[in-house]
Amino acid sequence: MTTIYQKTKGLQDTTLHYCPGCSHGIVHKLIGEVMEEMGIIDTTIGICPVGCAVFAGNYFACDTIEAAHGRAPAVATAVKRTHPDQPVFTYQGDGDLASIGAAEIIHAAMRGEKFTTFFINNAIYGMTGGQMAPTTLIGQRATTAPGGRTKEQAGEPVQVAEMLSTLKGLVYAERVCVTDIPHLNKAKKAIRKAFEKQMAGEGFTFVEILATCPTNWGMGTAEANKWLMDNLAAYYPLGVIKEV
Amino acid sequence: MNKEIILSGFGGQGIMSMGKNLAEAGVEEGLEVSWVPSYGPEMRGGTANCTVILSDERIGSPLVEAPSEIIVMNRAALHKFEPEVVPGGTVFVNSSIVPDKVSRKDLKAIYVPCDEIAAELGNGKVANMVMLGAYVGATKALKVETIENMIHEIFTGKKAKLVLLNMEALHRGIECGSCTE
Amino acid sequence: MKREIWKGSEAIAEAAIRAGCRCFCGYPITPQNEIPEYMSAKMPAAGGVFVQSESEVSAINMVYGAAASGIRAMTSSSSPGVSLKQEGISYMVGAELPAVIVNIMRGGPGLGSIQPAQGDYYQATRGGGNGDYRTVTLAPANLQEAVDLMFDAFDIADQYRNPVMILADGLIGQMMEPLVWKEHKPRNLPPKSWAADGRKGRDHNNFITSLLVEAADCEAHNRCLEKKFQEMEDKECRWEEIMTEDAEVLLVAYGTPARIAQTAAEHLRKQGIKAGVFRPITLWPFPARRLREIAEQRSVKVVLDVEMSLGQMLDDVKLAIGECKPVRFYGRVGGSIPTVSEVEKAAAGAYEEVK
Repeated sequence: MTTIYQKTKGLQDTTLHYCPGCSHGIVHKLIGEVMEEMGIIDTTIGICPVGCAVFAGNYFACDTIEAAHGRAPAVATAVKRTHPDQPVFTYQGDGDLASIGAAEIIHAAMRGEKFTTFFINNAIYGMTGGQMAPTTLIGQRATTAPGGRTKEQAGEPVQVAEMLSTLKGLVYAERVCVTDIPHLNKAKKAIRKAFEKQMAGEGFTFVEILATCPTNWGMGTAEANKWLMDNLAAYYPLGVIKEV
Repeated sequence: MNKEIILSGFGGQGIMSMGKNLAEAGVEEGLEVSWVPSYGPEMRGGTANCTVILSDERIGSPLVEAPSEIIVMNRAALHKFEPEVVPGGTVFVNSSIVPDKVSRKDLKAIYVPCDEIAAELGNGKVANMVMLGAYVGATKALKVETIENMIHEIFTGKKAKLVLLNMEALHRGIECGSCTE
Repeated sequence: MKREIWKGSEAIAEAAIRAGCRCFCGYPITPQNEIPEYMSAKMPAAGGVFVQSESEVSAINMVYGAAASGIRAMTSSSSPGVSLKQEGISYMVGAELPAVIVNIMRGGPGLGSIQPAQGDYYQATRGGGNGDYRTVTLAPANLQEAVDLMFDAFDIADQYRNPVMILADGLIGQMMEPLVWKEHKPRNLPPKSWAADGRKGRDHNNFITSLLVEAADCEAHNRCLEKKFQEMEDKECRWEEIMTEDAEVLLVAYGTPARIAQTAAEHLRKQGIKAGVFRPITLWPFPARRLREIAEQRSVKVVLDVEMSLGQMLDDVKLAIGECKPVRFYGRVGGSIPTVSEVEKAAAGAYEEVK
């Protein structure tokens, strides 16, 4: 019998809990594949968020630490500094990173902490049930913005990769998505590049992944992918935001 | 022996370090000692005082209500702490700065023109070392050679040139302290 | 062994380094800034990590990270800052992580004052964060004890995989006293095979978390923690008895007030009132059994609890003593320190009242 496809060793042999059409599973797989290809499963330490990816420690094959809501960059700071030769990453959603954890991510980037942050931006709070996030688009409906987000009520959404790129400690920021194979391949390259720059000791590295949340967006999978490209990618441009 | 001393003056007058010197010398001589600071919120120029206890026995409260001696380096310090001194206690007054006399008759007063002596020696910063000398000269609570050794230990390397100056300040203070007997 | 004179905060920091602490993260707040300052100067030479964090919240989470990856870690702060750390402390208990938190207490509530106080007793001993949990709380009364307890604190934390708090009032942090660096005999501690420090050939990943989403799992976890707390209560209780053998007035106090109470007791004895002092060194676990035994002595007429608070340890004193002897209280708050004569007066008054 020939093996046609094999799950990456970067992920554990278990079933993911994510909803159908959600991008988390694909991003997990890409990070797992990169860890496997780089041979760093055995040394990497991953820091998980509060939110839909709260169980990510049950999925990634590397050692993992579950942080309090928004605090993953603080946790990663001490892990990386006490284990400077090992790859360290945080995996955070938009509520975790851009709202409650804004101080932690800004200061980790400012200090130029030598770890990588994977930022999953689906413009909504997933696990708690579709509340407005700092990245929710103007007009986008949320359970705490039933008429759609307005500028008057909530201000305009934050472009995190651009904001963090103003800080000298950040050496690499790229925004990607995983809606189709070409974009998925680009995303994987960005993930690998971030790990490589981290291990070269260059500084803080950041990959923002635009992600779908069909459940809370109230859409089917294909429709969600299209909405992402038409709306999210329009406000949050794909590509390298900063590279030093 | 049980000496409970409050040292007080302006921040920047070397009050804290004078207290530390007393405490360090006490440790050298095998005594139980404690040093407790009390600051205002200002970094400089506010009031500064510290409490030092030198004792043969384990020290309970490191804070003192009725000091056996007070060292006052400014006027406010005299007025604040004179009423607290235990009857028969001693007040060391920096007479260069404090024009007032000790009013209580049950206290011994020792007036030391610390800043004038320091100026004579060519360095105003040693005013506190003059006072430390006066305290040691008057109370004999610590051996002079312990303080001398400490001066040698504090001022080493680039600061070694300050040893002589501090020795002079110490001994001028000791004169002031002992001649009032 | 040579006696050296040290400042409280610096002695605590040095003791932590000597006890193997290799990660310190903290945020400036008076009156404990000498601890981070000392750490910033000395930790790198010890091969450890010092980070001045952006907040106390971040500092405690950095400590969480270092602890989770197997490193002896610590943070320090003063009362308002320790309030901000409560989330992290709760998470560390939940995730079973060892670390040491130093609280050099100042007056409260809110910004309060920068002078010594003991208003954080409830927060430290009841668990200031969410959930059912305890942290061993060690309360030194002099600098020798402060440094000795730092070694114990790290050992206790590692043995039970639980955070340990050093609860000292501002006076302990600010004062200078002579101390001796004793030879510390470390406990026989298990290896940190649970740490998330990279698999390095391990056949499974280590996942540090405090989340147990199923009620039954979470209850089972709580029961495991309960067992540890019980073990700590059985094995880690510490206290000191001063002149209690024939005491008529039993003073109960911790930290600086215990020293004041000791001097007051000596004075009272000269006045013909036999006073003694019971000084809890662990505030949790509280040495209730021993306090009860002493209070039950026929000589004891009255118990006077002395604190720099409105009466927080008083709850534990009353729980320990029950109705067996009358309990009275004397406290100063907000940064004011009780004087020896105030304590003498309160003790003599209590004695007269029940005689």
